[in-house]
Order: sequence, then C-alpha cells, then structure tokens
Amino acid sequence: MSIKEIYQTMEYGPAPESNKESVAFLDSHKRKFSLFINGKWTKPSSGEYFESFSPATTQKLAQIAEANEKDVDDAVKAAKKALKPWVELGGHSRARYLYAIARQIQKHSRNFAVLESMDNGKPIRETRDIDIPLVARHFYHHAGWAQLMDTEMKDYKEIGVIGQIIPWNFPMLMLAWKIAPALAMGNTVVLKPAEFTSLTALLFADICKQVGLPDGVVNIITGHGGTGAALVNHPDVSKIAFTGSTEVGKIIRRATAGTGKKISLELGGKSPFIVFEDADLDSVVEGIVDAIWFNQGQVCCAGSRLLVQESVAEKLYSKIRARMETLRVGDSLDKSVDIGAIVAPIQLKTIEDLVQKGKDDGNICWQPSWTCPKEGYFYPPTLFTNVSPSSIIAQEEIFGPVLVAMSFRSHSEAVKLANNTRYGLASSIWTENINLALDIAPQIKAGTVWINCSNVFDRRDLVDIESQVMVEKAAKRACTNM
Amino acid sequence: MDLTTLAGDDTRGNVVRLCAKAANPVRKDLLEAMGMADAGITTGAVCVYHNLIPYAVEALKGTNIPIAAVSTGFPAGQISLPEKLKEIELSVASGAKEIDIVISRTLVLQSDWKALYDEIAACRKACGEAHMKTILATGEIPTFTKVAKASMVAMMAGSDFIKTSTGKESVNATLPVTLVMVRMIREYLELTGYKVGYKPAGGIAKAKDALNYLILMKEELGHDWLQPDLFRFGASSLLGDIERQLEHYVTGRYSASYRHPMA
Repeated sequence: MSIKEIYQTMEYGPAPESNKESVAFLDSHKRKFSLFINGKWTKPSSGEYFESFSPATTQKLAQIAEANEKDVDDAVKAAKKALKPWVELGGHSRARYLYAIARQIQKHSRNFAVLESMDNGKPIRETRDIDIPLVARHFYHHAGWAQLMDTEMKDYKEIGVIGQIIPWNFPMLMLAWKIAPALAMGNTVVLKPAEFTSLTALLFADICKQVGLPDGVVNIITGHGGTGAALVNHPDVSKIAFTGSTEVGKIIRRATAGTGKKISLELGGKSPFIVFEDADLDSVVEGIVDAIWFNQGQVCCAGSRLLVQESVAEKLYSKIRARMETLRVGDSLDKSVDIGAIVAPIQLKTIEDLVQKGKDDGNICWQPSWTCPKEGYFYPPTLFTNVSPSSIIAQEEIFGPVLVAMSFRSHSEAVKLANNTRYGLASSIWTENINLALDIAPQIKAGTVWINCSNVFDRRDLVDIESQVMVEKAAKRACTNM
Repeated sequence: MDLTTLAGDDTRGNVVRLCAKAANPVRKDLLEAMGMADAGITTGAVCVYHNLIPYAVEALKGTNIPIAAVSTGFPAGQISLPEKLKEIELSVASGAKEIDIVISRTLVLQSDWKALYDEIAACRKACGEAHMKTILATGEIPTFTKVAKASMVAMMAGSDFIKTSTGKESVNATLPVTLVMVRMIREYLELTGYKVGYKPAGGIAKAKDALNYLILMKEELGHDWLQPDLFRFGASSLLGDIERQLEHYVTGRYSASYRHPMA
C-alpha cells in the first residue's frame, strides 16, 4: 500500500517482533531437545521424540523428548539425591540462586517472551508485558521468602521431592508459580511442562545451568500423559502439584489417595462476571475483553459467564459487539494483535464443538464480521446472549474466546446465578456503588472476587473453594502450595 | 494539527513565520519521496492570541488554513461573562474562523452545571458561524467524573470540539483524561446523533505520543475522528519531531532539527 493510501484509510499495518534470538536458541539445540536431568541434557531412554508446533503459523519448531518411566525414575532419583545438600544450604544461600534466576530471566526476558509466544500462540504483547515480568517477580518474591524462612517460618520443613505438572496456557508463569516457592523452602523438583508448550521450560533449564544451580535441584522432563502418570505414581515423590483440567485433577487425586503424598490442584472454572445497572459500562467492556479474550480465553479464572442486570443488558451487549468488531486476531508475534492462536487443533475442535452445541440449544451466537487468518489455529471472539443456565455452554468450561451472557432481575438472583456452578474459582463484580459491591462479594462462592477489575494477579494462589482445600495465611500459603 | 503560538512575546514576525510553516509543514523533498507532494498537506489551523489575528489573516491569504483564536480570558478564564462574549465577537470580526474558549473552572469545582451550560451556550451564540472549541482545562478539574460531566455540558451547550487544556496548566493533555472525554463524545453521539470533535493540547511533543492519541481515537471512536474536522492536536513543537521521524522513514537516518525549516 502506498503512503497516500495508508493516509486515507489509516489501516493498521503489520508490526512483527523479531524471533531471531529464539530461533538461535532452538538451533543451538539442533531443534531436538533432550531431558534435563541432574543438570545434564539426557537423551530419552525410549529414544522417542514428538513434534512441537507454533499454533499461529503451524510451523514445526522442534522435536521434544518423550520421557518414559525409567527417565522419570532417573529424574526423581536425581532430585532425591540433591535434596539433602539443598536443604542444608539454608534459606539465605538458596535465596542467592533464586535471585540469580530472577535476574537471568529479566536479562533474557525478550527471548522468553518471543519463544513463549511462538510456542503457545499467545500475543507477544501479553508474554512481553505480563507473563515474563510476572515470572521474574515470582522468583524475586520467593527469594525473599527463602531469606525469611529462618525467622518467619521457623517450624516449616521442606516436603521433599515435588512432582509438578503444569498446563499449556501460561507455560512459564505456571513454572514460576510451582518452582519458585518449592526451591525457596528447600524442596527439589521434577517438573513436566505440557506437551504443547515445553520450549520455555527447556530454555529455563539452560538458565538453571547458567546460574550454577546444583545438579538435580530442578529436573525438567517432557512428554505426554504417560510421563505425568509415571511422575504421579513414583513412590519417592512427596508431593504432586498440578494445574490443569478438572478431569486430570480427579485422576491424580484418586492416584495419590492413601499414598501419603501431598497434593495441590488448581483446576477449571466457569467464573461469573456480574454487571449491575450502575456500573460504568465502557469500563465493563474493557474488563470483559480482559476477562474472556485475554490469552484467547484459555484462562482457568476467565470471566466466561457474563451476568448482567436486565435494565442495561441490551445496551451492554451492543457495546460489547462494537468492541469485538475492533479486536484483532492474528500472528502471535505481531505486536498489535489482541488475540493470538488457540494452542492446538484439539483445543480448537473442543471450542468449535461447544459453540455448535450452544447454537443447537437455541442460544443467540454473535461473531464479528471479519474473518480470522486462514493459516494457524485461530478462533474469533464469540458472544452468546440469552443463554439459559441449563444450556451446556453455561455449565461447561469452554476454555476459548467464547463469552456466554445471561441477564438477571434482582441482586439476589444475580448471586443465585453466580453460584449456580460446580466450579468456584474466581468472579468479578461491576458497580459504581461500594455498598453493593461489599454486599455481594461475600455471597459469591468463589476463591477470588475482583471488584471493578478482572484477572489481577500478583504472587498469591488461586483458591477454588469447591475442589481445593488449601488455606493458610496469604503469602505464606503460597510458600507451602507449590 | 492546530499549529500554535501562545506566548507573551509573540509578534507579527513569529506569527507570520508560523503561518508560512503551516502552509508548508513538511520539507518538499520528503513529501515527494513519500508520494505525497500533491496531497495538499497543511496544518489544520493556526492558533494565536486575539491581538495577532490580523497578521495571521494577512499571512494566510490564499490558503484554506483557518485561524483559531484563543478567547474568553485565556488561559485562566477569570474575567466576567460580558467581557468573554465581547472578546469572542472581536476575534470573529477580526477574521478568526475558529474560537477556542476556556470554561470557568469555578463552576466545575462547585458542580454548578446549569451555570456552566449557560456560559458556554452564550459563548456559542457569540461565535456565530465560527467553529467553537471548548477548553475544559482538565489539569484543574480534580476527578474524571467531573471531566465527564463538564464534557457532556460543553457538548450540550453547542461546542463543535471539546479540548483538554490551554497548555498553561501544570498538567495538560493525558491519555486517561482523553479516554474519559472521547467516551463522552461517543455517549453524546449515541444520545443525539451529533459528532463532536476532540482536541488534546499541551505536552504532546513527540510523533510517538501523537500516534498513541491517533490509535486511541481510532479504537474508541473510529476513522471519522482521524480527520481534521473532528480531531486536532494543539501543539507547537510536535511538528518538528514529526518531520524528523518522516525523514527517518525516507532516509533511514535521523536528522538534526536545524535541517528542517523552523516555524
């Protein structure tokens, strides 16, 4: 397009972020990644590898090792061997390693952000401004707790070897949530990243080597469900920390029951987003964008159920539709893209199937007039209105950019609808009236209630009151819940 | 852009220079390199104090560039309403096609919206055919809620544009205050069907800042608010940076400011 045409149309152009550094990292491993066990890159004993793709381009990124039971056993053994000296180092010395990791993450933040965006399909804007800065902050924060352990948490003892299984929606952030507190408190870890998104965990392994973290303190094993099962069932693992689907969470709970293993689970949600008639509707719209279109809606605490007071429902819907029309879906490495790619074809299919069911149930489906890029696994932002609570899309977690909306008549009905779910992870309340917000908030059965905001995170845990029973005091809780 | 000079030491000399720059804002070779030589690029207006209108009229003869005059006791607005109206009338008579008025901040601080409405409506009447931009001086309004209300009152009273600042407050145009004001413009459009323009002024000195504003306008209000009839920057030094960025685009190198003709 000529300058003159751009001057007239004022259309956005492409704004690609360079992936040079991340490509160099992949090439430095010859695009074939081994397992990180006992501080060394170790070939999988199965000899098997699987492919990792970039969902925004469908381009092949690398081959990833599939760890089998023997590899898991090696990793757990390494972690067990490393445990005693790691504990004996003491909090202050462990803090030095955590600070070093945090600094290296900041130093390589652009590489992490780009690689995460390529691997997961989420916009570079999010990985650059949210995921990776938060990752660094988690390590700094827990370095602080490691230092304070002797005085503030005198009675606390390490748990032992912790098996950590993390999801694909926030690969590095989940790694940080799990690894930082575990190391701070003197545990050693075997971490399995999700099979779709292993690459940044492997880059993290490189960082662990660079800072001279003692061998075996962090082990990264890659693979599918079988690898995770081997880790869950390993007798020398003292605790399993899992974030992911409710289905798998239940399997893990069953598998660990009666074994004496500790467990922490962070699972799904269908969180209500409650809008009262006196809310600032323009702010609400941006809150919704953050609640359901952040990370393509692949967020456990996504505000996926919009409950809006009848008197303003139509007005809000039309504002949301106008905003949806201006959202931009595209290549995750484009700096001006709002919504990236769905992580994998199987997830895309899940979303498509649930949307179809929503349509079959007679709910009103609306999507913007533009179409998504053809290459890559994209799904447009979608709004369902006039949804009844009995419809499957009002009950099931979709884990995609799909918002289901229904209206309520009274405050008490809003509370009832909000609590009409088997989940209870998060919620948000929108009103300009502080008294109303304070009245409603404690009535919502959810571990987190945001008021006039959404997805606000710092270093603390999400607590699902239904499926998780882990309550200690604020930040200290985070240290015990890794 | 309303290319602006509003200083105590303005004379005929620098106003004439400013007008010449307004007619030829970007070096010709740069425009040619971008295929824009025949696009008729000028600034949206030239903005001066009342006393200097005649010089601007003379200097802009033969162009289509309107003269904007700041009025109503600019910048503080601390004169009586009859004086304000008289000043507007004089400016219009001198040849100003656009009048930038300042509101009485007192009325906003006291939440006397009716009086504010009456004041602005009277100014509107005094402007006659001239285009009226209403300066809220948001740096002196303590809350976003009051900015929103003042915006609405200004539009209801007949403003063609609402404008953030005089450039003389300690805080001038900001993106958050812009968001509040443009959302009120959208609300007013939804309620009445009338499109009101927006002018951020003061402190926008870099091309990058200007882009942030353009993106905000495009996202919140759409393409119509990227056109000079509904959007203007009030700025004096912004043009210089834009020229340097354009030269960087054309040549791949940044030039010193002295390589661009000054205003």
